[in-house]
Amino acid sequence: MMFTVAAAALLVAMLLAIVRAVLGPTIYDRILAVNVFGTKALLLIAVLGFLTDRPEFLDIAIVYALINFIATIAIMKFFRFSHLGHPHGGDNLGDL
Amino acid sequence: MVWDILSWFAILTGSAFLLIGSIGLVRLPDMFTRSHATGVTETLATYLLILGMAFQAGLSLVTVKLIVIALFMFFASPTSTHALARAALDGGMKPEVDEDRRPDDRELGAGK
Amino acid sequence: MARSISLAVALFIFWLLLSGIYTPLIITLGAVSSAFVAWIAHRMDVADHEGFPIHLGWNAVTYWPWLLWEIVKANIDVARVILKKDMALSPTLVRIPASQKTELGQVTFANSITLTPGTVAISVGDGMIDVHALTAEAADELITGRMDRRACKMEGTEPPIAAGDAA
Repeated sequence: MMFTVAAAALLVAMLLAIVRAVLGPTIYDRILAVNVFGTKALLLIAVLGFLTDRPEFLDIAIVYALINFIATIAIMKFFRFSHLGHPHGGDNLGDL
Repeated sequence: MVWDILSWFAILTGSAFLLIGSIGLVRLPDMFTRSHATGVTETLATYLLILGMAFQAGLSLVTVKLIVIALFMFFASPTSTHALARAALDGGMKPEVDEDRRPDDRELGAGK
Repeated sequence: MARSISLAVALFIFWLLLSGIYTPLIITLGAVSSAFVAWIAHRMDVADHEGFPIHLGWNAVTYWPWLLWEIVKANIDVARVILKKDMALSPTLVRIPASQKTELGQVTFANSITLTPGTVAISVGDGMIDVHALTAEAADELITGRMDRRACKMEGTEPPIAAGDAA
């Protein structure tokens, strides 16, 4: 029962994050919303594991947490420098 | 029974903070203030939900995995928030502030 | 070298906790892979005092509960601001000193600022941190330097002299 409540709250919260991602207005607002959406998604995966009594879901949640972090950094780096490799020229490029 | 009550408490307050953070994400006026709202979701709401699940799982490998997730969030979430704020600054966004109490008007970004 | 060995041991314990299957073959595979990762980390020179700060030890263990309590208080403050009908925001920019000696200490301090909702470190450098605060109260709280001194203590350096410390 309590996990149903948590899942419902998570779904509503994810909906609100999508609202912010659609409204924008800047790219940074959207990245922020997507980042926090990922956090909620990983919590939802963990809660679903408890709801369906399959604790293996937690492994997926761990991987999701790692990917979510890398994805945020990578999107920002790509948006800023247009590629993911070592930056050329300038001192503080790649200093994200 | 006691664990159930603690679990209910943690999950209900966690869900409340989760919704508050999401409402803040929609309501607050600009990107820098919104990052404070995501802070609520990524710190206390996450920890409380994970705590509630850990109370249900008891002492087992499941709890250890939950703690691993919480620890990772503890280290990674400020990093990505800071990186995002820094990228927004470098991208030319200016935070709307009531008061700028920095001692001089050097370019934002003390390290440059 | 001691750092690499303790990294291998820590990785192996982590592996055991995640795996949950304890047969000789699987455990051997885990031991070999964690030793391999520790060897790569040793060759890449990433298992240094920054990447794997075991020297903090007890200081870190006492710092985290303190930080968690600060996070709880800050969360309640921010939640109150968000839920108010008129949202009494007073976004403030402040530049505060970071008196930690090492980069690791400064990163710890900046991350602690960002972890507590209501304050986000937007730029770090020159022993100074630029902070964006949601309300003027949060900025005032940071200016008292309470968190700065606590982070110094955790790092093990002498904290600056307390000026007007009420807390």
